[in-house]
Amino acid sequence: MAIFLDKDSKIIVQGMTGATGMKHTKLMLADGSNIVGGVNPRKAGTSVDIDGTEIPVFGTVAEAIEKTGANVSVLFVPPAFSKAAVVEAIDAEIPLAVVITEGIAVHDSAAFYAYAVSKGNKTRIIGPNCPGLITPGQSNAGIIPGDITKPGRIGLVSKSGTLTYQMMYELRDIGFSSAVGIGGDPVIGTTHIDALAAFEADPDTDLIVMIGEIGGDAEERAADYIAKNVTKPVVGYVAGFTAPEGKTMGHAGAIVSGSSGTAAAKKEALEAAGVKVGKTPTETAKLAREILAAG
Amino acid sequence: MDLFEYQARDLFAKHDVPVLAGEVIDTPEAARAATERLGGKSVVKAQVKVGGRGKAGGVKLAASPDEAVARATDILGMDIKGHTVHKVMIAETAPEILEEYYVSFLLDRTNRTFLSIASVEGGMEIEEVAAERPEAVAKTPIDANEGVTPEKAREIVEAARFPAEVADKIVNVLVTLWKTFIEEDALLVEVNPLAKVASGDVIALDGKVSLDENADFRHPDHEELVDHAAANPLEAAAKEKNLNYVKLDGEVGIIGNGAGLVMSTLDVVAYAGEAHGGVKPANFLDIGGGASAAVMANGLEIILGDPDVKSVFVNVFGGITACDEVANGIVQALQLLKDKGEEVTKPLVVRLDGNNAELGRKILSDANHPLVQRVDTMDGAADKAAELAAAK
Repeated sequence: MAIFLDKDSKIIVQGMTGATGMKHTKLMLADGSNIVGGVNPRKAGTSVDIDGTEIPVFGTVAEAIEKTGANVSVLFVPPAFSKAAVVEAIDAEIPLAVVITEGIAVHDSAAFYAYAVSKGNKTRIIGPNCPGLITPGQSNAGIIPGDITKPGRIGLVSKSGTLTYQMMYELRDIGFSSAVGIGGDPVIGTTHIDALAAFEADPDTDLIVMIGEIGGDAEERAADYIAKNVTKPVVGYVAGFTAPEGKTMGHAGAIVSGSSGTAAAKKEALEAAGVKVGKTPTETAKLAREILAAG
Repeated sequence: MDLFEYQARDLFAKHDVPVLAGEVIDTPEAARAATERLGGKSVVKAQVKVGGRGKAGGVKLAASPDEAVARATDILGMDIKGHTVHKVMIAETAPEILEEYYVSFLLDRTNRTFLSIASVEGGMEIEEVAAERPEAVAKTPIDANEGVTPEKAREIVEAARFPAEVADKIVNVLVTLWKTFIEEDALLVEVNPLAKVASGDVIALDGKVSLDENADFRHPDHEELVDHAAANPLEAAAKEKNLNYVKLDGEVGIIGNGAGLVMSTLDVVAYAGEAHGGVKPANFLDIGGGASAAVMANGLEIILGDPDVKSVFVNVFGGITACDEVANGIVQALQLLKDKGEEVTKPLVVRLDGNNAELGRKILSDANHPLVQRVDTMDGAADKAAELAAAK
């Protein structure tokens, strides 16, 4: 078991034939991911040889699914074309779309998220602006380095890519069931809460590490969810205590959220929900070790 | 990117939101001609990106062109909550105001959709109204793909209980304001106050707009809205080099890869600094994934050029980027700076972990640069950098 991604996942890559897409398709293959195709309407019918593996290129996501049974798409599509690519994935009803692309306009991500909801949430979107997710030893869908750690019983959910790697590295001797980078954009498809719920239900996860950062109120809502629904131990880390206060403009932000969005407020909310919160990534890893050692 | 009021006014006008005439000036004398164009009287309004300028004396009526010059003289150069006034808007005087309303559209991160906020009790106290009597503020979710149709606008008007006699006019404001929000790729469009005046018209008297820089690719005209004058000189230099840099007020220069890790590095340095006389991070600098020698050199150059910096902490986790490339980048960067005749005198603490860390560490050891120290844990390196900054 794992969350969202396992050894049976069949992955296609939208934007595979671009430089970034090629580089990471190669790395995902090296990690043992089952990459069954790429999508590029201008190169449909061709195939690409990646380190001896012949990967067919399809014209559309729907065709790729029909021919290969793909159930995951990883997107390396440039920001200006991402909305159309995600909408195509949703129309094809692929169960999981992992949007790696950084710099997508918020109106575009809000539109494709609303579209996914209007189509009955048949497609789980992870990201955008995320490193994707990895289930060590089984599959890697995105850009998380596959050689940091091994399979284990810690579940990790994080807004930040490099902090995901740092935390996997800190706890590399213990290993991870799955690690999910949900992305730091204002509109993301999969939240801390979605990942917490999945880890809570995953029999192969014993402890959850949750990494947050300043902005929005996702961590506060996750804390509330943990208090009510999560029985497994959760260890937290929040980045951004010393980050300069974001320039808030107008009154609308304060009216709508009611939360300050500061790191201190997030830490306080998590601790009130019984989550142990570390001051540094290393201290957070230490807290996780102590809990696992205490059984 | 947050805009000035006059820029918001111009965008509102472009999308047919009813506004008063106004033009921006940056010298007192220009207030005369601008006021003459408005028929001889005007309102002189400080242009600062901060609230509360009215209370601070940044908005004044001028009954004549001479008076406008005098008021502009007073206001230009004024400090409002740490913001120096460099521009004023000379605006048409508002007709008699009967009522003040509030309307906005914004991104609702929590619900991952757009939201309309509307109230018949607009004005400076809107946040208090929202906190104390939430029922006086109508929040209506807007589907990103359906948008604000006249029907949706009417729903908002009813939810906020706008008086029947202004309903049609408010619907018009909402539809045109939504058009501004969508067509300009805004994160926020806010009108406060939206005034009902004696003639029965409804006019946006003041507004805030914040634009999404990720959408700049479809808005080449937004480049003109950037306030280059306000940027810190180091931030401006960093922007020229496409570096993600923010100047802070501490002593330890920071370079790292990935926004989350760099933010965490700032915290860890501030935390370590508590034991070293309270030294703090001097900046945020994310050199991103592919930390080439050139990018590293650009980053180091900016940070070493900051007179506040006493020591530098380079904190890199090699994910896709290999640490040996990063180490080579640091060595080459120091050489590049030397070749440019810039003498490096500040100590650097480097922590490399992850992909090819051993190789990277060896490159640094072999280079044996007198100012570069390797510390192999993040907390340990932060402590060393703080100690060095405190000792200077």
